[in-house]
Amino acid sequence: MGPLTVGGLSVAWLTLIVLIPLAAVVVRSFDDGAGAFWDAVTAPQAVAAIRLTVIVSLIVAAIDAVMGTLIAGVLVRDEFPGKRIVNGLIDLPFALPTIVAGLVLLALYGPNGPVGVNVAYTRVAVLLALLFVTLPFVVRAVQPVLMGLEREAEEAAESLGAGPFTTFRRIILPALRPAMLAGVGLAFGRAVGEFGSIILISGNLPYKTEVASVLVYGQIESGNTTGAAAVSVFLLLVAFVVLLGISFVARRGEGR
Amino acid sequence: MTRRLTALALLALVPLVAAGCGGPAEDGSAANASEGVGAQLSLVAYSTPKEAYEELIPAFQKTPAGKGVSFDQSYGASGDQSRAVASGLPADIVALSLAPDVDKLVEPGLVDANWAKDDYDGFVTNSVVVFAVRKGNPKNIKTWDDIVKDDVEVITPNPFTSGGAKWNLMAAYGSQTEQGKSEQEGLEFLHNVLANTPVQDKSAREALQTFAGGKGDVLLAYENEAITAQKAGIELDYVVPDQTILIENPVAVTTESENQEQAEAFVDWLRTPDAQKIYAEKGYRSVLPDLVDAKTYPKPKTLFEIDAFGGWSEVNDKFFDPENGAVAKIERDLGVSTAG
Amino acid sequence: MKLVSPARRDAPSSRSPSATLLLRSVALGYLAALLVVPVGMVFYRAFEKGFGTAWDAVTTPPAQHAFFLTITVALIAVPANAIFGVLTAWVLAHYDFRGKRLLDVLIDLPFAVSPVVVGLALILVWGRDGWFPSTDVIFSTPGIVLATIFVSLPFVVREVLPVLEEEGTDQEQAAATLGARGWQVFWRITLPTIRWGLTYGVILSTARAIGEFGAVAVVSGKIQGRTETLTLYVEDRFQSLDLTGAYAAGVVLALLGVTVLAIMTLLQRRHGRI
Repeated sequence: MGPLTVGGLSVAWLTLIVLIPLAAVVVRSFDDGAGAFWDAVTAPQAVAAIRLTVIVSLIVAAIDAVMGTLIAGVLVRDEFPGKRIVNGLIDLPFALPTIVAGLVLLALYGPNGPVGVNVAYTRVAVLLALLFVTLPFVVRAVQPVLMGLEREAEEAAESLGAGPFTTFRRIILPALRPAMLAGVGLAFGRAVGEFGSIILISGNLPYKTEVASVLVYGQIESGNTTGAAAVSVFLLLVAFVVLLGISFVARRGEGR
Repeated sequence: MTRRLTALALLALVPLVAAGCGGPAEDGSAANASEGVGAQLSLVAYSTPKEAYEELIPAFQKTPAGKGVSFDQSYGASGDQSRAVASGLPADIVALSLAPDVDKLVEPGLVDANWAKDDYDGFVTNSVVVFAVRKGNPKNIKTWDDIVKDDVEVITPNPFTSGGAKWNLMAAYGSQTEQGKSEQEGLEFLHNVLANTPVQDKSAREALQTFAGGKGDVLLAYENEAITAQKAGIELDYVVPDQTILIENPVAVTTESENQEQAEAFVDWLRTPDAQKIYAEKGYRSVLPDLVDAKTYPKPKTLFEIDAFGGWSEVNDKFFDPENGAVAKIERDLGVSTAG
Repeated sequence: MKLVSPARRDAPSSRSPSATLLLRSVALGYLAALLVVPVGMVFYRAFEKGFGTAWDAVTTPPAQHAFFLTITVALIAVPANAIFGVLTAWVLAHYDFRGKRLLDVLIDLPFAVSPVVVGLALILVWGRDGWFPSTDVIFSTPGIVLATIFVSLPFVVREVLPVLEEEGTDQEQAAATLGARGWQVFWRITLPTIRWGLTYGVILSTARAIGEFGAVAVVSGKIQGRTETLTLYVEDRFQSLDLTGAYAAGVVLALLGVTVLAIMTLLQRRHGRI
């Protein structure tokens, strides 16, 4: 098989599975014209939901960047009993169905929860659910890079009198940046589209805790397929632009 | 290395083997289905009557008309199910929560336009909106005015996704206007109810779960939901308010059914006293007036219908249009004021 | 802890134990609150009323059917994605072409698309009024498979691509120079190189395939004993006020997930990735 055949095959597969269905959504969103598309996207409820989704997703991405790198760092550089198990646990959010995740977060952090923290039905709950489902992305992106990192540069920096913080900022962080960005991009994308874990714990209050995917679900449910498609397409666009941007930044970082 | 590659190759074979194993299992279930002499019917229903159909179907299969008829069942949110049928989910019978969800199937030609033209106007069960409260009713919630008090938390699903929520809100609105108050006052009342609502679940069932999980003081619910919940061991009482709305749940045979005869027979049988008694045991008010036991199902002082507000299509435009509906505006006001 | 090991790989703990301890506590505390406690809760809830109740709940005929349907779907979707993933990663790693970056980004799209939209999209294509109307796709197993492939598509590419990029093409070129055919090169050189990346990708896809809810919910029609997957069964039980059943089925799903993770951890141990 030549590269053309292989390339053609993979593009064909991607087209069949992903692009044609998404194209159907895009076409449907413009069924009633560009004006109707814009109306659907700028309806107050849609604006509120999209704004909440994007802002919370950005916060999630930021927290993930910090905590994910920290966890990866501890997993790579630290030694403690049970480390392997902890390492295995990282992927649990991928393994646990989102609907179960939602159920459980509600049982824990909702009314009557054993920990006595009640954040259910608030924006904090949305944040919590998204942090749960996006946890592995940054950790898994940063971990291998950190493992492959040569220690000479760090040691040299330290022997020249640089503190651990300076070493981290000057030596480690630049090396990790592309991987961090890649992980953050995936986390952001996932957060924008997340549905299963949010529906139970967010409370779906329009204008308050209703995220875009729940809004879309509601629109599908009430028969407004075109509106649902419009909001979806807009969200896709946002996600796409962010992913593309991250890809550019990451490439530039690599190219240095 | 070779061994590992072999292992990988074996892994790749697993699906083939599994597909081989899966095949016979599928065939087995198909064989079971065709064992009966009669037809295969697909029932697509909203989620709350599931417990009822789990008894109704075996009972129907014992009747002469139902002998050998087997059933596929699918349950979900009413609007969801309606949309699923519209986009191709095979259905012989649809049993939904509100008439508009059946009406949506008329335009694509899946349900006859005259589906509601029978002795029961197309309905198979009735219910009313009630207040489900904590055991012993600690906040002493009896009237609609009680639920808008400052220290009361109301649970009702999201009206833009849940049919149940629409019934609830129209009951709340009607409780005012049917007492002679103006439409404006009715809307203000809705505003006050929603201001007390800290959570709006996707569906009526999820709202019940939220309430059962300890959130809120009063749950606006179908009477049959409250009864189902009690039977499922959830600790709650319920109050039938003096003013409430009559909920009517439709059932219809689809035009695409390959077994029209059996499907019609099933729907007809659902209106017989035998079937209606099963519904009644599960918490529904029968469409046969004689079977509505006044002790279990007390008659509210004022019982109004959706027609009092012009019927569902008008109500949907006026109240639940996502952009210009009165409820959408209330939600927007509340969201903005709380967020700011 | 205080031992100054000559190994270069020694942890920085030898330098500043308190900082290490702090970082470790923060990381582990975060994981505990976000992951361990919630997942432990599922198990607790499922077995609250005894093992027998939970066992009964997951051995009913619909539960068994749901279990096997979930496995079947995963066994079709995951190999399909594995093959596609390797091909795509290979092309992306070895060749420069116009639109390469676009393709690279498009592959991540399934992560960013809301599962609900995936379901909607499939209905718009294959549904009654869709582009290619078919009665055998939506509300039937093929639709569930398509939705599952969609949502788990990026994993294999994402795991395999970095390995290929890192390894470069020297070995393959050398093999080709020595007269090996394309297929031989792939089988002898490429596949052994990427086998770990591929394995992780397959495992992650499997986990995602088993756990998918939103997209499958829209296209399955939820016909009990026919198109109800295990995640839908969890919702079904939850909706039927059978919380024990819901959590028990959730445990089955979690156990499937944990098994997958355990395999991965074991492989990592042998492979020495950690």
